[in-house]
Amino acid sequence: MAMSTRLRDNIEGYLFIAPAFAGFLVFMVYPIIASFVLGTYEWTLTGKPNFIGLANFRELARDEVFWISIRNTVKWVIAYVPASIIFAFLLANAMDKPMRGVIAYRTIFYLPSVSPLIGVALLFVWLYNRDFGLLNYVLSFAGLGPVGWLSDPRISIFSVALMYLYKEVGYNILILLAAMQGIPRQLYEAADLDGATGFKKLWYVKLPLLTPAFYYIAIISLIYAFQVFTEIYVMTKGGPGNSTYTLGYYIYANAFQYQRMGYASALAIVLFFVILAVTLLQNRFLGRKVQYDL
Amino acid sequence: MTSRRMASTARNIAVSRVLTYTVLTLFAIVDLFPFVWMILSSLKSQSEIFLQPPILFPKVLALKNYSIAWRAGGLDFTRMFLNSVTIAIPGTFLCMISSSLAAYGFARIRFYGRETIFMLFVASIMMPTMMILIPTFLLMRPFIDTFIPLIARVMFGVPFVIFLFRQFFMTIPQELDDAAKVDGYSRFRIWWSIIMPLSKPVLATLVIFTFQGLYNDLLNPLIYINSKSLFTVQLGLASFRGMYTTRYDLLMAASVFTLAPILVLFVAAQKYFVEGVVMTGLKG
Repeated sequence: MAMSTRLRDNIEGYLFIAPAFAGFLVFMVYPIIASFVLGTYEWTLTGKPNFIGLANFRELARDEVFWISIRNTVKWVIAYVPASIIFAFLLANAMDKPMRGVIAYRTIFYLPSVSPLIGVALLFVWLYNRDFGLLNYVLSFAGLGPVGWLSDPRISIFSVALMYLYKEVGYNILILLAAMQGIPRQLYEAADLDGATGFKKLWYVKLPLLTPAFYYIAIISLIYAFQVFTEIYVMTKGGPGNSTYTLGYYIYANAFQYQRMGYASALAIVLFFVILAVTLLQNRFLGRKVQYDL
Repeated sequence: MTSRRMASTARNIAVSRVLTYTVLTLFAIVDLFPFVWMILSSLKSQSEIFLQPPILFPKVLALKNYSIAWRAGGLDFTRMFLNSVTIAIPGTFLCMISSSLAAYGFARIRFYGRETIFMLFVASIMMPTMMILIPTFLLMRPFIDTFIPLIARVMFGVPFVIFLFRQFFMTIPQELDDAAKVDGYSRFRIWWSIIMPLSKPVLATLVIFTFQGLYNDLLNPLIYINSKSLFTVQLGLASFRGMYTTRYDLLMAASVFTLAPILVLFVAAQKYFVEGVVMTGLKG
């Protein structure tokens, strides 16, 4: 007797997703649960893990470097997100015209984004060099500097964020340009008939239709900001002092330099809830204003 | 419209066009010059690189920087390139197979719990790497200092890749599957000989994305690999930075040759890079 179609669909369906589902259980579901458990333990990889309840979280509340990491994330977001959106918008808007060379410009702007982060970060370490770097040399013509881009703890986190802006703005340009090119031309023509000027067309037609793209850029940048690691590892290792610690880097340092697996997991749990909260808040306040379909 | 007004509109358009090109070109120069400076720095001698004021072009091309950097500090970039490729090629290949299989299941087969499982997969795209890093590391401890953890991480498929495959499969007409079924094709054969060949554009994009992600990754090699003989290119470059903090001539040379393969790939397959971004941004 032939198997019923329904049973067969169930078997085949699960067979098709089997590798991915197994991977999902082992590399996603298990680690998330294990993180929550591990966060209540003290363990330095030697001997037995020691259950300490919420002690990790109490320590965290008093941990100066943890709060520096949070503050640096906020600084990163404030410096990077608006700057990236503004630059990306201005450049994408300039390219959103029937003109020659758009593809060439797009290629150039996107080039830093595809480059491996470490190479670009090292390049900026060199450009930022206080005594021999190109950036301070250029500034010296304006009578400025020398600036301790990475050696001055007051600005070092912004210098790293500036490198990241240079690297990633191209990605945001691509997103915005694609969104702009997806706006039907008839909408502009209709606005023309109503006598709308260039600025009015931008304000009442283009910008509202770009909100999903802005929203996407903002949320991706925010979530990324909490995870910044490689930039810090290559450029400053958290220094000078503790001035460039980020949550991502601090988790790494606790887990893999101090071997404090429990404490690092507690930090990861905080990261989890912060990102969850940010996503929900953005959904609530921005999501509502987002203009989706036409 | 009077002719005078038309003339002034034409002039405005010309002015705005010149302005646009000027701004774009200016930014293009700002974008490219750091790379040019990287190459120029990599060709300067150790004394030339620290000259103040800096000179643009080296007097003699210090090509030996490249051969020194290639084997400096007990590192060997030939080995490291091989290592990176040994991780990235099988990793990408297996990731494509597992991901597209799962995506086919999600797109075409009705099974119990499909919507819920798919939703969980999609939700996990937002999960921060740092959140799952430590337990994964503990799980993989028996395989430390091998490539296994680095490949295992992606070989079962990546939710993001599954999502994008599925979105593409949904646009392929169901009638093709039905016709093949009438001809006695199994689902596995439909996936392999009908769906996948039709999905070449999305496949190319996802291959590039995954390969690039594996090649550029630092965090995972950093925590799993200890022996120099197993270093990846990015790990080598990072440790190079630790060893030669002030040898910018060598650091820039090493940066140039780690960037080169990805830039060549980008220029050759630009279309797929750009499509990938557009796909992730608009549907993501």
